Amino acid sequence: MAPQGEPILEVRDLVKHFPLTQGIVLKRQIGAIKAVDGVSFELHRGETLGVVGESGCGKSTLAKLLMALERPTSGTVKIKGKDIAKARGAELKRVRRNIQMVMQDPYTSLNPRMTVGDIIGEPYEIHTEVAPKGDRRRKVQDLLEVVGLNPDHINRYPHQFSGGQRQRIGIARGLALQPEIIVCDEPVSALDVSIQAQVINLLERLQNEFNLAYIFIAHDLSVVRHISDRVAVMYLGKVVELGRDAEIYDRPTHPYTQALLSAVPVPNPEGREGRERIILQGDPPSPANPPSGCRFRTRCWKAQDICAQEEPLLQIRTGAAHPSACHFAEVHDVVHAQ
Amino acid sequence: MTNPSVDTHLLPADRSAEPLLAVDNLHVEFKTRQGLVRAVNGVSYSLSAGETLAVLGESGSGKSVTAQAIMGILDMPPARIPKGEVRFHGTDMLRLSEEARTQIRGQRIAMIFQDALSALNPVFTVGWQIAEMFRVHKGMSKKQGYAKAVELMERVRIPAAKQRVHDYPHQFSGGMRQRIMIAMSIALDPEVLIADEPTTALDVTVQAQIMELLAELQRESNMGLILITHDLGVVADVADKIAVMYGGRIVEHALVHDVYASPAHPYSKGLLESIPRVDLKGQDLYAIKGLPPNLLDMPTGCAFHPRCPYRRDNCVTDVPPLYEISGTRSSACHYFREVLDGTSG
Repeated sequence: MAPQGEPILEVRDLVKHFPLTQGIVLKRQIGAIKAVDGVSFELHRGETLGVVGESGCGKSTLAKLLMALERPTSGTVKIKGKDIAKARGAELKRVRRNIQMVMQDPYTSLNPRMTVGDIIGEPYEIHTEVAPKGDRRRKVQDLLEVVGLNPDHINRYPHQFSGGQRQRIGIARGLALQPEIIVCDEPVSALDVSIQAQVINLLERLQNEFNLAYIFIAHDLSVVRHISDRVAVMYLGKVVELGRDAEIYDRPTHPYTQALLSAVPVPNPEGREGRERIILQGDPPSPANPPSGCRFRTRCWKAQDICAQEEPLLQIRTGAAHPSACHFAEVHDVVHAQ
Repeated sequence: MTNPSVDTHLLPADRSAEPLLAVDNLHVEFKTRQGLVRAVNGVSYSLSAGETLAVLGESGSGKSVTAQAIMGILDMPPARIPKGEVRFHGTDMLRLSEEARTQIRGQRIAMIFQDALSALNPVFTVGWQIAEMFRVHKGMSKKQGYAKAVELMERVRIPAAKQRVHDYPHQFSGGMRQRIMIAMSIALDPEVLIADEPTTALDVTVQAQIMELLAELQRESNMGLILITHDLGVVADVADKIAVMYGGRIVEHALVHDVYASPAHPYSKGLLESIPRVDLKGQDLYAIKGLPPNLLDMPTGCAFHPRCPYRRDNCVTDVPPLYEISGTRSSACHYFREVLDGTSG
């Protein structure tokens, strides 16, 4: 199943609450946005974990926590056994070298006043031990070549590149410190359809070449399936189902996963009238005031009294080999059902 | 009224009648400081009542500009329409006076925009904005307008419409805002609804709700729907006909089932092949090489030739016309026969 050996990234009971305050002079906390509320998973070397879910489910907060850009309220993020949430100063710097990020929007995530060479080489300013000064230009040119850009364009500015090329620059920057983990937060959703495939192929090639582990956050379920070994489905700050790609897509057991899969338009008009479609009612509830018990129960067609009283844990349930957080978990293949 | 030059051939049943809406050889250009941008170069399509036409294309393909030209909401200048017709019930709207167009715009042809938050006015309540349609076009009083607004909000299934009619746009979620946009657009029972990427900013489960709502409204009132999108999945789900645009032209025009079964243009074929497929997991995705064209510096001949695997010498020099393959489909490729054979073999 999962690759052997020690996990390279270990996340345990990760929680992030953002306080909601009232008053200007006398600030008091009146509540909290529970953006990430008890997430656990492991990631192995060379593996890709896809994270899917709707906006507001906590995917991007999770990415920030992994990068130590936000401090968790509780829980741990261990990279090769070192807790990044507790690390400070020089130690934090050292741990961070191993985990890098590729952002969603290639138009705003590159500084327009810096040349491509400076953007990709900037990590070396912070981690001077990786590349001595005289060596940097050559290293940056190597990186440009690795991501399929012309090394001679090192002195150009971001606006001289197209969206897909800019995303390649972002990827090169992520690779600069030779990390073992890359967090990709919606890396292709801002790109044109004909360019997305190019960038996905690049990410896969780099993974094979450098044995990278990816956290791949996206809302396009077919892209996630293509690239991921395992997939975590998130809803309102919690992982509701976690399994290998075939388990999640062919044998989903959580009603939310089933609804999500059935809502995705299938690019094949044949049989579209007969296709099963679960249309959820309403919008996701606010993470400031999530429903008691199971958070999905307000939109769930299976909900009963127990769902309001008892929170279903993410655990292996009868009939499936992968964990699901539903009291009434049941395999139901929505995609192939007729 | 018969007009043989119109591409009514796409509507075999309507061959004799003028379709509800016909775009004929439309050209739109923009004067910019860098030069003349030809955003739309001879686009023709038509729409009948109750029909859904999907216009598929990437950014810069001219799909939205065509829609804006139909609505008459292009800023002119910098835009200019040097050639072409947009006929609504047989009348060329481009030659109508601004007053006559105002009578059609919003009442008989309505539009939904991608980003509902920026399309709604933040300083007025949603009820006021929906009711505006009735006050301006129908001369209703404030009170009558609000009553109508509540009715419409119920029709697009906004819960507690009576209370929420006095809320402001920022108090609604993205999906609800898009419902309000839809409520405004269907307020006066338009015959044609143009939806420009109506669900691109929304989550998949909300997207499914909105697409279902649009389909229901269309069934109830037999509207013609033009759906502008870049999502091949959405097109396959709802469209009857599809027009694939590239570089300001339609490159393939066909019934939706035909395109997905066997595309007749290398660009549509490439798009369909680049969709991740379960049985090809672990392999490279098919990727169309190169970049979309720069509208300021369009390639000679066929705009797709620098990226095309079927390219021959004449593709670089000769602009391919929209070849008619059958009564319902056409392709702007010199080698459409090879493209068609390639997928079947």
